[in-house]
Amino acid sequence: MDIILAIILGSLFGFALHRVGATNPQIIINMLRLADLHLIKVILFAIAISSALLFTGLAIGLINPAHLSVKTSYWGVLVGGVILGIGWALAGYCPGTGVAAIGDGRKDAIFFAVGGLCGAYIYMLVYSKFKGSVLLEKILGGKVTLAATPNESFGAIITGIPGVVVALIVALALGVIAWKLPSKSS
Amino acid sequence: MTGQLNWFKGGILLGLVFLFAVVLVKPIGVSTQFVILDGVIWNIFSQELIEESADSKTGYSSKNAYLNKSGGKYAKNVAHPLNYSFVFVVSMILGAFLSAKTKGPNPTELDRVAPEVWRTKFGEQGLKRYIATFTGGVLVLFGARLAGGCTSGHMMSGMMQTSISGYLFALGAFLAAVPIAVIMFGRK
Repeated sequence: MDIILAIILGSLFGFALHRVGATNPQIIINMLRLADLHLIKVILFAIAISSALLFTGLAIGLINPAHLSVKTSYWGVLVGGVILGIGWALAGYCPGTGVAAIGDGRKDAIFFAVGGLCGAYIYMLVYSKFKGSVLLEKILGGKVTLAATPNESFGAIITGIPGVVVALIVALALGVIAWKLPSKSS
Repeated sequence: MTGQLNWFKGGILLGLVFLFAVVLVKPIGVSTQFVILDGVIWNIFSQELIEESADSKTGYSSKNAYLNKSGGKYAKNVAHPLNYSFVFVVSMILGAFLSAKTKGPNPTELDRVAPEVWRTKFGEQGLKRYIATFTGGVLVLFGARLAGGCTSGHMMSGMMQTSISGYLFALGAFLAAVPIAVIMFGRK
């Protein structure tokens, strides 16, 4: 059952990435050099929609909070984000869009994926050196969200206001930004 | 639904996929699977990379500290790559292929080597582009592993859950990517 769900959801994700243009490095690079903000509008709106529905579903008990998976905050998230950002601009691919772009017949994406395997391998070899360093030190207690969730494993920054209210305000803000941003820069 | 979707329809489609994933199974993530495939390949050449171990939480351990972390979670997935997360990522290739075959946006032969913005700046030669995307891939996956996730896991799934790590990651990624893209390709 798990495998069937993986095939269905994975295909849907690849399909969606392709349909919004995210597998096209031209569109990624144009977003990053602020020449065409189409894709950032898509990303912000997707986050807004999914977040609003997720927190509403959690609040009315339709979604199992055990399915949530909040990642730890530590300094390496920021530093790793910066390193990823450099490669992202250089290639026009990130891990998900690079993989999906192979299905689009893009040859440069195959080289990206092979490079990705090498990058991940290098990290596997140097990980033991990072262990215990400030890079892997937790921030704000680690697994923490802005809006409170019904999952006890995760802390929340804003307490006292129901998580669904906080999440809906954030989602609304992201949605408005997505709507107001121009597609092409003038 | 043909061609490239506008931001409104595209945002709803992408948002619903992220929502379905967390409702049915768990939040979407991609970059970990590069580690799993590395492990699978490494495991072919090494007899002692992954071991079954009664002491570890998952029943598997590895001599590699990264595969061994979190009670051998990655070690177990390397031993059994036919699991949800790995099949999910492989299926993404199929999904993009199906979109291309069902009137999705289609790249030209030249686009399949390098996007137009690259060709205008650096020419049509494939080798140069392939070296760049290979190098980009090294940086992207090294960075993603140091960060513990990528654009899918940290930025999309993370910000969907209002996770602080998601905002932190997005900040770092755009802070580096925007100036580099502007320097490399220009504003217009």
